[in-house]
Amino acid sequence: MCDNNNIIRKEKTRWAETSSEKPTGDCMTDWGKPVEWLYTPADIEGLDYLSDIGFPGEYPFVRGVHPTMYLRRQWTMRQYAGFGTAEDTNRRYKYLLEQGQTGLSVAFDLPTQIGYDSDNPMSEGEVGKVGVAVDSLQDMEIMFDGISLDEISTSMTINAPAGILLAMYVVVAEKKGISPKKLRGTIQNDILKEYTARGTYIFPPRPSIRLITDIFEYCSKEIPQWNTVNVGGYHMREAGCSAVQEIAFSFSNAIAYIEAALKAGLDIDSFAPRISWIFNTHNKIFEEVAKYRAARKVWAKILKERYHAKNPKSWMLRFHTQTSGVSLTAQQPENNLIRVAYQALSAILGGAQSLAACSFDEALAIPTEKSVRLSLRTQQILAHEAGVTDTVDPLGGSYYVEALTKKMEEEITALIAKIDEMGGAIAAIEKGFIQREIEHRAYEIQKEIEENRRIVVGVNKYKTDETIHSALFKSDPAVAVRQTEKLQSLKGSRDNEKVRTALGSVRKAAQGNENLMPHFLNAVRCYATLGEICDVLREVFGEYMAVQTL
Amino acid sequence: MNRKIRVLASKPGLDGHDRGIKVICRGLRDAGMEVIYTGLRQTPQQIASAALEEDVDVVAMSILSGAHDVLLPRVADLLKERRMEHVLLIAGGIIPEEDIDPLKQKGIREIFGPGTTIKEIKDYIITALAES
Repeated sequence: MCDNNNIIRKEKTRWAETSSEKPTGDCMTDWGKPVEWLYTPADIEGLDYLSDIGFPGEYPFVRGVHPTMYLRRQWTMRQYAGFGTAEDTNRRYKYLLEQGQTGLSVAFDLPTQIGYDSDNPMSEGEVGKVGVAVDSLQDMEIMFDGISLDEISTSMTINAPAGILLAMYVVVAEKKGISPKKLRGTIQNDILKEYTARGTYIFPPRPSIRLITDIFEYCSKEIPQWNTVNVGGYHMREAGCSAVQEIAFSFSNAIAYIEAALKAGLDIDSFAPRISWIFNTHNKIFEEVAKYRAARKVWAKILKERYHAKNPKSWMLRFHTQTSGVSLTAQQPENNLIRVAYQALSAILGGAQSLAACSFDEALAIPTEKSVRLSLRTQQILAHEAGVTDTVDPLGGSYYVEALTKKMEEEITALIAKIDEMGGAIAAIEKGFIQREIEHRAYEIQKEIEENRRIVVGVNKYKTDETIHSALFKSDPAVAVRQTEKLQSLKGSRDNEKVRTALGSVRKAAQGNENLMPHFLNAVRCYATLGEICDVLREVFGEYMAVQTL
Repeated sequence: MNRKIRVLASKPGLDGHDRGIKVICRGLRDAGMEVIYTGLRQTPQQIASAALEEDVDVVAMSILSGAHDVLLPRVADLLKERRMEHVLLIAGGIIPEEDIDPLKQKGIREIFGPGTTIKEIKDYIITALAES
């Protein structure tokens, strides 16, 4: 084999030197390494098929987490949606389900994500804007009215107050007579990336991680099919980091959660199978595919070799992906349809379990019914017409994709080791390392765009003067008023004595070591509001002060 | 006149999208300006107080959450109350076309949308300050 590769190398040199044409420029990977003009078997020298790549559904899962991948089950089509009141969002969910969507994904508004009720002064101007406003169990009941929670899986993008929103979901199901054991879904519950990219933190890292550990423990017993954390590389990638950093930073965050859970006495196989992921599928098709192939392998190795997990489900990297929001342009927004379609293709070639395709108008507003339907159709065309699901891992064996997969595996592993040396993700965040890496690359990309070293179609090349079309979603200014009225009437009609007692028990549990989940359930059941519960936690845990890196 | 242009960069409201504002902070610094970044989750009161304390020439606010119509005019009013009308108030982010004129009437001098270059913002600041 080696001899053969030497011959190939020699022949490639001959071919390149005697070629009548040469490439005009050097292409670079997303993380700044040169891309070869041509890849050959010599670029994957030393790669052993059985041990390094293997079969889908088997360790190290390079080719996919399931043996049959899309031949038996389609990915879940799960558009990120939510706006206005619970009533507005319930209507959008029903519309999406009617159009063939197969899972739900809840976008909460910022006050909900940061644990403020709609009538809090901090919520002014923000209620129902980037997502749905949820103040109490009442809103959650309305949001899922007429939706069968035992049939659908629901993903909730909620972090700092994740346990409280999960508790509301469980109680909604309970009232419909559905056992928590039957519930399927996900809470994001990934606080560390909120400090580095997404910004919806409430509490400092230590109590935040305790909340995560409480959820791991509670769900492993009571809500066994629930994905208790959805560790995210997505948002750090949106904020500017590279594909390699996306995986390494998010893996380091997950390692911090694992360490905390082990320290709390949990068995690795009791919670690791419920760790799920959200990644960002960006523009470069082959690199994104290689990223997912490499990530599956690195994760499987970490769980098997570093944490000695025994259950193969603990080794599996199951991920949701959303196409890249930051790659969308406000200029010539229809171009975004094409970007999204290519990114969605990459996600499926990369073996995603669940996908949200951005809508073409997202650089301008919340998607309209029509634009989100186009996103769903993009997925459906991929699933039914394009033939990309007819065999497992169709790009496996491509010299380029295998070489990229190998390279990314090495670089991801090295960066995780670097963060380990710093003392892990929490220490790296406290030092501002991850934030600075993200900021640095975001600035470099901006300079590349401004100096025309990076082409963004319609922005710095092929520009037009057209004005943006007007059929955009408009938010309803009356949402905040309606939410405030709902809160007033709720506080007038509930048993306030019961609420006080429930909040008291939340406080006591927070001050001690008792698992908080049963107390959250108890509090939301008697309609304590999200803001009231979070205020208690704020008093006990304090609030996070951001590390200034600029 | 040799004093460097001083800019307060800020994120009003609860929005956590700070890629844009951080890029602009670095860009304006590289262009020779003095930039103070407040970080996330600033109330209009905090922004106005910081502008006064730091004695800035420019307040640049980034907002992508849709709360611009409420929060940005409030900053303008607070600056007026504190007799800081001379401060150049600008904003950027996801701000719908039809909201731009009303914001300008309330004292936001310019709004920069997605795709704006650092150079455009820098040139605007220099020209606008020279004119006033």
